[in-house]
Amino acid sequence: MTGSQRTAAPREHPAPVSGARPRPRGPSAALLWSGGALLLALSIAVAVTIGPARISVGDVWSAVAAHLGIGEPRLSPIRDGIIWNLRMPRTLLAAVCGAGLAVCGTVMQSLLRNPLADPFVLGVSSGASTGAVLVVVLGVGGGAVTLPAGAFIGALCSFALVMLLSHTLGGSTDRVVLSGVAAMQLFSALTSFVVMTAADAEQTRGVLFWLLGSLGGVGWTDVWICSAVLAVSLLVCLGHARTLDAFAFGQDAAAALGVNVARTRTVLLCTTALLTAALVSSAGAIGFVGLVLPHAARALTGSGHRRLLPVTALAGAVFLVWVDTLARTVLDPQEVPVGVVTALIGVPAFVAVLYRTRRAT
Amino acid sequence: MTGTAAEGLRAARVGREAGGRLILDGVTLAPRPGTTVGLIGPNGSGKSTLLRILAGVLAPHAGVVTMDGEPLADIGRRAVARRVAVVDQHAATQDELSVLDVVRLGRIPHRRAWAAPTGEDAAAVHEALERTGLTARRDQSWHTLSGGERQRVQIARALAQRPRELLLDEPTNHLDIQHQLELLSLVASLPLTAVIALHDLNLAAMFCDRIVVLSEGRAVADGTPEQVITEELIEDVYRVRAVVTPDGPQGRPSVRFLP
Repeated sequence: MTGSQRTAAPREHPAPVSGARPRPRGPSAALLWSGGALLLALSIAVAVTIGPARISVGDVWSAVAAHLGIGEPRLSPIRDGIIWNLRMPRTLLAAVCGAGLAVCGTVMQSLLRNPLADPFVLGVSSGASTGAVLVVVLGVGGGAVTLPAGAFIGALCSFALVMLLSHTLGGSTDRVVLSGVAAMQLFSALTSFVVMTAADAEQTRGVLFWLLGSLGGVGWTDVWICSAVLAVSLLVCLGHARTLDAFAFGQDAAAALGVNVARTRTVLLCTTALLTAALVSSAGAIGFVGLVLPHAARALTGSGHRRLLPVTALAGAVFLVWVDTLARTVLDPQEVPVGVVTALIGVPAFVAVLYRTRRAT
Repeated sequence: MTGTAAEGLRAARVGREAGGRLILDGVTLAPRPGTTVGLIGPNGSGKSTLLRILAGVLAPHAGVVTMDGEPLADIGRRAVARRVAVVDQHAATQDELSVLDVVRLGRIPHRRAWAAPTGEDAAAVHEALERTGLTARRDQSWHTLSGGERQRVQIARALAQRPRELLLDEPTNHLDIQHQLELLSLVASLPLTAVIALHDLNLAAMFCDRIVVLSEGRAVADGTPEQVITEELIEDVYRVRAVVTPDGPQGRPSVRFLP
């Protein structure tokens, strides 16, 4: 081989059949979003009708219309109350929690380059548990601090500990995950310790139910707070969509593409931690949504975050609306904590994820 | 701007230490625009660190890196990434990406957060695919590519950044000999400044216009392959004996190691 014979043209490879024709890129973004939004609206409308009191989709519509001031109230106050004060906030919060947890999972998996990362790996939920237990069992805060507030503070404390630990240990992404696992163990142990030594049977039952994740007894306040936090977080994450794409080949590659890695990680991890804390303090520790839904959504849209994030949010919302409906009706009149149902569905999905990622490593 | 003296990317007496040890000690590198510069030296001689400092990913503890005379630290990360592209020795991802998806990553430094892709983005991606001969494989999945094809996709991604400087850190390390030659002739043919860390002295002699030799963090030689690749230097830097003959392409030096 001599210099004059060198050419820029690479050798022709016979393209395999799968490479010769364009791989289907999935449905268009507009179709996915409008279809997803329609599916979510229908899911909420139908889910609200399901339960001990017989209610039709028409009833749901007229109750909603009356409360929004675009229709005349025509339902009895009891039926109206069931729809507007019980089932509606609960179903909407299920949608918000599902969307929020799924978005948190997507962002953390992309940012930490770990397909098994989810909101709970950061130790946020175990911190929330400890906070809630301290408030309920020990009466910390003297009644002024409620269970959700205690959970929120606990979640933030735990997250701060994880950030401090991972920073001390060198700040690489695997250190963040390991610090999260350490914090999770620490706060779980603290929770168990407090429950074992100080709680009576009734308190234990109440705390346990909340720890497992439950959407029972939520009100409009929870819906508004969580929706607002979700909206802001989703905007922040969408603003970083291209930046998240840059992490596909790791953080060094992202830095070489002009991304400020440390700042991006701080901003996005804090955003997801705040969102998780808000959701967990309203609905308890609902597991596996943040772990599994991002993988399902990726299979649908590919890994471009501009498309992925809205689709994940919609998929998570629809998923949790139906799982919660199942949880409150399957053993009627008794209620199964929604976290138990998500775990029952999530564990096989978790195994499937592990199995699929075997090949990539 | 004063003349051509400060043109392009250059490192002036850069140093960096880690754990109390100097990894780089006053290295100056001023590649002439459009040429291919080889960085050679034993493991741990500072090649990767120098490339990371040139890319602006790592800050030097001493000295300065300038782009057209302006210190890199004053320019901003995104602006640097619009000028300087990096290809590492091994790229891995778990995401399900097509060749096109990967090449499009090169447009990230050119795009604002909420903006849609422009015609210029599409043109840059198209051109990068054409130049690397990947147009027909644009929809193929990253995970079905061979090591050599993956490196070619990474070069396409780097070209989509429309850089004037391309930094490559041992890009042929995991490739067989056919793909090593293919990749390096592609890089040498590109109309941009390439700084490329290499292990193989024969490949460096074949494809580089100039070669800089690093040893224990210092630049101990800087010149054409003929000036640099000598029996004495190989003995000094690598502590091995070799015979160098002018048998390479265009009379370039060819190295044969002795036991």
